[in-house]
This record gives sequence, structure tokens and C-alpha cells, in this order.
Amino acid sequence: MIALLRVAKFVVSLCSLLFIVSFLPGQSVYSQDTASSVNNLPPITVKAYDTENDAGSSITVEWSDPGYWRREGFNGYRLSRKNVASGIEDSLDVLPTGHVLHEDRSVSDDSSYTYTLAVLINGANLTSTSTEVVRSSKQWFDNRLTWVLILGLIICGAVIYFIESAKRGTKLFLRRIAGLEAIDEAVGRATEMGRPILFIAGIQDMDDVQTIAGLTILGSIARTVAEYDTKINMPVCTSLVMTAARETIKHAYVTAGRPDAYNDDMVRYVTNEQFGFVAAVDGIMVRERPAACFLLGAFFAESLIMAETGNSIGAIQVAGTAMPAQLPFFVAACDYTLIGEELFAASAYLSGEPRQLGSLKGADVGKAIAMIVILVGVIATTIASAWNSESMLWIENLLRQMFSTG
Amino acid sequence: MTSKTAMRILMAIVALIFLFSWIIKSGSGVSDSTFTNVRDGFLITFAVFLTLSIFSFLYHDNPFYKFAESLYVGISAGYWMCYGFWSTVVGNFVPRASRSLSEFFHVPYQERADHILIYIPIIFGLILLTRLLPRIGWLSRWSLAFIIGTTAGLNLTRYLRSDFISQVSNSFIPLFVDWKGAGDFINHISLAADGQFIAILSNWVIFVGVMCGLVYFFFSKEHKGTFGVASRIGIWILMITFGASFGYTVMGRISLLVGRITFLFGDWLNIL
Repeated sequence: MIALLRVAKFVVSLCSLLFIVSFLPGQSVYSQDTASSVNNLPPITVKAYDTENDAGSSITVEWSDPGYWRREGFNGYRLSRKNVASGIEDSLDVLPTGHVLHEDRSVSDDSSYTYTLAVLINGANLTSTSTEVVRSSKQWFDNRLTWVLILGLIICGAVIYFIESAKRGTKLFLRRIAGLEAIDEAVGRATEMGRPILFIAGIQDMDDVQTIAGLTILGSIARTVAEYDTKINMPVCTSLVMTAARETIKHAYVTAGRPDAYNDDMVRYVTNEQFGFVAAVDGIMVRERPAACFLLGAFFAESLIMAETGNSIGAIQVAGTAMPAQLPFFVAACDYTLIGEELFAASAYLSGEPRQLGSLKGADVGKAIAMIVILVGVIATTIASAWNSESMLWIENLLRQMFSTG
Repeated sequence: MTSKTAMRILMAIVALIFLFSWIIKSGSGVSDSTFTNVRDGFLITFAVFLTLSIFSFLYHDNPFYKFAESLYVGISAGYWMCYGFWSTVVGNFVPRASRSLSEFFHVPYQERADHILIYIPIIFGLILLTRLLPRIGWLSRWSLAFIIGTTAGLNLTRYLRSDFISQVSNSFIPLFVDWKGAGDFINHISLAADGQFIAILSNWVIFVGVMCGLVYFFFSKEHKGTFGVASRIGIWILMITFGASFGYTVMGRISLLVGRITFLFGDWLNIL
């Protein structure tokens, strides 16, 4: 009985002790250290080097923190830079926990620098030794883009090969594109009805490939227009497109043997403002009632407004864009729609010129490469993830490395 | 009554409503300044007039729409011309070209060694203006050739990276996600959004969609037989995507309409 009581007493004492201890302030793993304990850690090591694969004016500073960031009162790292020639010292950013690297983009390629890093801890700011002297420079070749170069060369090589083949007289096959066969029909209809044709090359400037594609198709359409002696009307929203479109139509009229019929007023600048342009185009549509509307280029929110107005006046409409968000509107409101790549294929299809046919064939080589690589990549990824195959994982990693954009 | 007379009567009615609205809105202004109240009353009334003028196009082309259209086109063309001058000529050229010009336009002069480069676009810009002189107008083609050539060259690598290489590498997806055998898959099959079945189905749709989409855009082969079937699947997937995108965008447009309706019934008529 006494033994039992002693055991009970011991248990109660132990529980009481544990209860009291539980209220004591915890001894954190990251407890506050004195300056002396901070100094016990090895010094922080910092290295600086010229940032690789860049256009200069950039130095990367990298450091390894042996554990200062865990200390209570840690406020971050302050990076300082010293210009070796002038001796001017600059304090750069204060970087919070987690940073082990900083890219200094405010340097000049003509100067050399050293860097020091201060660890900011309440009451004890520790500064690293200076890095070695470093100078930024620009690299002529970005190594991360080697595979981009190789793929670009393969595709460009294929384009050149097919252009040369076409020039030598090899017949290059192109499948039928429904929307393009409607172009002659649309121009013919406009001629019969004695009404003009409206052409819109999108609302982007000449730095957009879709605008260039639109103008290339304009060349083919304008030639047919010149041959049929129909009127063409082209409102534009940028001055450069106006200039390029005038050149294109003029060239088409000259090619068709009707330079006298060309008139600069066929292409009119309206305004750069997106919806101002749309308001004007809608007005032109309902007043001039074109028999055919061609909407070929880069379009945004105005696509449906224009396509719907064209639909309401009963014009035959051929649209084409590579803007995924606008394609549904064209599909819904136009008679024929050139979807994405078809817009770029259209000019080659219409002209039948060796140069354009060759570039289209070259693009097809690119698509064939993409299909094969995706097929291999998907099979390798699937087998590697489902059945832990080392060899397939190697293939997957190789493909990912090849198709990495840096 | 001729249509001309009817139009005159309509215009008179619109003018009266405009004046009435202006007076009412000026009277209900909250500012202490009479000028501010009259100005705000005019601006709100004019905004309502322009909104309704644009809406009137839904019925028919008419003089009110023509007025709003011409005003919009004229103001925006003028605005963009000024914007082009102040952002390109004053914003980019002047600070690098001349200290005295910078002081004249109140922009800080930038002293840099590569200032000589700014004269290249200036020369090309001036060459472009030679179109105004028929004898040497052909020179303007040099500028256009430069612009189109640069665009094609720069975009080649940009599109090769973003539209080709990135898309290909992002298509490397496993067709059997978290696969532990067919038995385990059948035992744990569920339609939960984050479940294995939906993950596998999603990846199959992406894989089949990408491959069939590429087949559709392959122009060097006639779409017949197996190739034709894959092409048809590709266009079906595209059309389903367009349908979803159409509905999503229409909802966005409805919100724009709601904004205008709120303006008409809230800011103008004060009944919202």
C-alpha cells in the first residue's frame, strides 16, 4: 500500500513538474544568440561573376549563408559595391531571407567592381570579405539557345530546299483550302453587282506577321480586282500599313497591266483608335454596301462588330486571323474563315509562287518534326512516370533539354 | 411629310431633350460652384447623347450615328497624332538630339555616347516622307523593306521559341498519371476533378488535340483516309474550343453593356 502511495506521489509530482515546465518560455531552435555565438559561425562566402549569356552591364553576386538567416533578429543582407577605379562605394538593395543570389544590372562594362555582403542582425552586422575584382561583358552567343539555332537552321534549310526545288520545276502539292477558293467567287460577285470590295488588314502595325500575311493576300486579291475592273476600298488604322497597302495594290495593278486604274484613295487612313476605326468601318459598310468583305490580319475586340455588320448588309465575307480569342466570332459571322496557320498559307496557295510555296513546305517540315518529337516525348514521359524506366527518363530529359527556351 | 422634314422634327426633339437634360443635371449638381455644375451637367448629357447615338446604329444608319462616328474618328486621329509627336519626337528624339531643344520642350537632356544611333530611324522616317515627291518616291520602299525585314527576322526567333519550342516541350505529358496498374485504376476510379481518371482523360485530350490539330494544319498531304479522320477530329476539337471561347467572351461583352446601362440609368436618370 505504501509502495502504491509512493508511486502515486511520484506520478503526481512528475505531472506537476511537467505542467509547470509547460508554462515556461520555450527554448526555440532559433533562439536569440549573442554577438559572440553569431561570430562562432563560419564567415559568409560571397562570389561575383559576369552574368552569362547576356548583353553586358550585369554582374551576378552569389553567396552561401552558413546559418545566419536562422538567428533571431535577422533583418536580411545588404549588398555593397565598390568601383575599383574611382573608389566610389554604393549600397545596393537589402535582400530578405531566402536570397542567395542577386543580379546587379546597374554596372558599366567599362568599370571593374568588388562586392561585399553585410548580414544585418540586431546589434551585430557582419560583413563578408570583398569579392575578387569583376567586370561585366556582353556575350555574342547565348548558349541556352543552341537548340533554337539548330531547329531554326533545319526549318530554314527545308524552306530553302523546297524553294529551290520549286524553282527547278518540281511540282509541290498543297491541299485545298476552302476559304481561299471563295476569293475569286467573292470578287466575281462584286463585279456582277457593281459594288466595291472592302479589305481590312487588321488593326496592328507592320511589326505583326498577321498584318504582313494580310497584305500578301491583298496582293493576290488586288490583282483579281484589277483584272475584273472592280473597286477596292481599304480603310487602315496605321500610317505604315497605309503606305505598304498602297504599294501592294499599285504593284498588283501594274502586274495586271492596268496601272492607270490605280488610285491612292483606294487605301484610306482613318484613325489609330481601335473603336474609332471600327465605327468608321461600320459606317463605310452600311453606306457603300460592299459585295465582299475580307477581314485578314490581327484583330481584337472589334472582330465581331465588323463581321456582324458585314453579315447584316449581306456581303460575302472571308475572314482570317491567328488570334485564338477572335476566331470564334469570325467562324460564327463569316462565310469562310482562315484559321491561324491557314492565313499564312493563303498567300502561297493563291500566288503559287515558288518562293512562297517553298516556305509553306518548309513550315510543314517543322510541323512534322513537332509531331514526331511530341509523340516520342509523350511515350517516353508516360513510360518513365508509370513504369519508372531509366532509359525513357533519359530520353525525356534529353528532349526537354533540347526543347528548352532557356 | 417628307423624310427630310421628319428628320428635322426628330433633331429638334433631340435638341430639346438635350437642353432639358442639361438644365436638370446642372440643377441637381452637388458642387458649390455654378460653373462646375453646368459643366458637369453638359458633360453627362453629351455622354448620354453620344452613347444613344452609337446605339441608334442598331436600328439604322442615321445622322446621329454619323455625327458620333465623325467626332470619335476626328478626335482620336488628332489625339494619336499629338501622342505620336510627344511620345516619339519629344519623348525619344529630342532628349538625345539637342540640349537646347530639350530645354525648349522641358524634357531632361540625356547625355549618352550612342546618340548617333537615333539618326538611323530619323533618316528612315525622312525617306518614308519622300512618297510626297513623286520623282524620288521609290526611296520610301527602303524604309518599308527595312521594317518588314526586321519584323520577319526578329519574329523568327521569337515565334520559334514561344510558338514552337515551348509548345512542343509543354506537350510532353504522361498519358497514365500516378499509374499503379489497371486493377488499382479500376478500383479507385472516380469523377472527382482532382482524381486520377480526370487527370488521365485531360492529358489524353491534350495529346490527341495537339496531334490532330497539327494534322489539320498540315498542307502538304491531302486529308484522306486516316489522315483525313485525324484532321476532322482536329477541326472538331478546334470548334469545341471556339464555342467555349465564344460563350466566355460574350459574357465579357455583356458586362460592358451593363456598364453603359448603369451609366444611363444611374448617372443620368438617377433611378438605379
